[in-house]
Amino acid sequence: MSSDTTTLTGSTGREVGVNKVPIWRRRKAAANYIALLPYVFFALFPFYIMGITSIKTDEEINNLGQSPFWATGIATEHYVYLANNTSFFNHWFVNTLIVTVAVTIISVSIGTLAAYALARLRFRGVEVFGVAVFITYLIPQTLLFIPLIDVINTIDEVVPIRDTYWSLILTYPTFLIPFVTWLLMGYFKTIPVEVEECAYLDGCSRLGALIRVVLPMAIPGIMCAILFSITLSWNELLYSLVFIQNETAKTISVGVITELIRGDIYYWGSLMAACFIGALPIIMIYGFFMDYFTSGLTAGAIK
Amino acid sequence: MAEIQLRDLWKYYDDVAAVRGINLDIEHNEFIALVGPSGCGKTTTLRMIAGLEDITAGDISVGDRIVNEVAPKDRDIAMVFQNYALYPHMSVFQNMSFGLKLRKTAKEEIERRVNLAAEILNIEELLERRPKQLSGGQRQRVAMGRAIVRDPQVFLFDEPLSNLDAKLRVQMRTEIKKIHQRVKTTVVYVTHDQVEAMTLADRIVVMNEGVIEQVGSPEEMYDAPETLFVAAFIGSPSMNFIPCRVEANNGGLSVRLSDDLTFPVPGDRNDRYGSCVGKEMLFGIRPEHITDKRPHTDPTHHDFTSDVIVLEPMGIDTMVFINIGETEITTRSRPRAVSQVGETMDFTIDMAHMHLIDPETEKVL
Repeated sequence: MSSDTTTLTGSTGREVGVNKVPIWRRRKAAANYIALLPYVFFALFPFYIMGITSIKTDEEINNLGQSPFWATGIATEHYVYLANNTSFFNHWFVNTLIVTVAVTIISVSIGTLAAYALARLRFRGVEVFGVAVFITYLIPQTLLFIPLIDVINTIDEVVPIRDTYWSLILTYPTFLIPFVTWLLMGYFKTIPVEVEECAYLDGCSRLGALIRVVLPMAIPGIMCAILFSITLSWNELLYSLVFIQNETAKTISVGVITELIRGDIYYWGSLMAACFIGALPIIMIYGFFMDYFTSGLTAGAIK
Repeated sequence: MAEIQLRDLWKYYDDVAAVRGINLDIEHNEFIALVGPSGCGKTTTLRMIAGLEDITAGDISVGDRIVNEVAPKDRDIAMVFQNYALYPHMSVFQNMSFGLKLRKTAKEEIERRVNLAAEILNIEELLERRPKQLSGGQRQRVAMGRAIVRDPQVFLFDEPLSNLDAKLRVQMRTEIKKIHQRVKTTVVYVTHDQVEAMTLADRIVVMNEGVIEQVGSPEEMYDAPETLFVAAFIGSPSMNFIPCRVEANNGGLSVRLSDDLTFPVPGDRNDRYGSCVGKEMLFGIRPEHITDKRPHTDPTHHDFTSDVIVLEPMGIDTMVFINIGETEITTRSRPRAVSQVGETMDFTIDMAHMHLIDPETEKVL
């Protein structure tokens, strides 16, 4: 768009600046943003409290006479404590990262293929299978971890995976694959089948059409699946709590509650510092990829 | 460039037969239109030719090979879809070159062909755009361009114009005709619009309920329909059908359309209709063969009068609705010769263009 203002003479003869935003529209935008402020405050407040508490000294945290909402100075002692006295940076963070990346790759690849098959192929029982996948997703983790321990123990007899992040890489997909499959199944169904058929006629095999045409069109859906997969594995608590006792094999979510809470003593400062750093990657990912979610790449494919 | 043969082709969806044993020979470089109402099996037939649907029984051959088991990608067929089906993540150039790239065509050759097709279709300046930046008509052109660049043996069109507005549809219809004259190839064109079929095709195939009713040139379809369905389907406004009785009188035949209206059958048809004497039949005549009264010497022209019920001015002509017996029929007159609604008007009917249909077999005699 050029910045110079073009003027049109409307049927009323009144001159209307095309590039000029009308005043009512500005007011509406302002009202919308003002209305959003309470939600922004509500959503960011916990994050703020985590951040502000993590840079206070212990004296300041425990001083009940002082408002908890702001800090008088910046103290790095809790971050130093995390680095020197715990395995936060050299183990927990790394473990969480490895598990998250591996689990996301596994779940999204398998889920994508499964979702494509369930959305497109017409084999006997395809609908029952689709519903079965969904029901699998509905079974609560709290029910599944007991039999999964048995699975882990059985595998451990052959390959040592107990008490390592491998047990998590193996078990997280049990809830992520059904989730990703279900999510992408709906997405694939919105992709017009004609575009795919056109790819067949243009010379693609089914796999070729999937890779060259369907997947690029499904990017918003796949990004969404990746995002959910990362969030869910990053935050996962139950399986990692149950399967991992070794301190250096822990993930952030377990490490924080087992090593920074001793009995009834809460190490508030380092606890908040760990949570703050632990939450950062998720927030950054959402910040960067939000647009992908909403880009609506399929626009223009069909009328 | 190839001929297509359909041999006793069947398609079942579960228990429902969509296509019931059709046979069709499409000649090299011929433009064939498959036309019929929704659900008549025309699109299914097209998709079977493309390889997008399995064949339940029968054979399809393209060129001199049977393609029943050949994957769509190896059939050397290009298809234009109703909703265009452009790849939204690719530019127009990439959309058009996709098929060539998969076939590992040299880069210079791809560019030459895409530019040529773009020139034919007048879309040279759109090559860098994405589909969503194009209008409906432009998308339609790109979809055709994508087919043209491949230089396939066969072009398939699946109702390509039905998503366009009326004006653009007429314009693109002419474009398609021009393109076929320039890029000679075998074309199978599916449409439910008989006007499209009439204007574009070398031969028309009318389908109904999974079978072929009739195959022929547009003129044959219009002048000599073989079945009631074809007679009713081709032509707009469609043919009038009036229950009638065939009577014999002093050496000739006549049709009685109502108690006080009978017309002699042209003498050359006496043999054809002789067996129908005394039977209840359907009399078919197109609106343009009943006109306002004109001076005539032709023995097949006859005059009658009737009350005008409704007038529909079309510009060049006016459609006059009248009752014959209990049937309302459409006639076509010059606007200045038309009476007012409710008044009587003189008409001339040209019996040389009449059709006689057996209501039981629904065949035109």
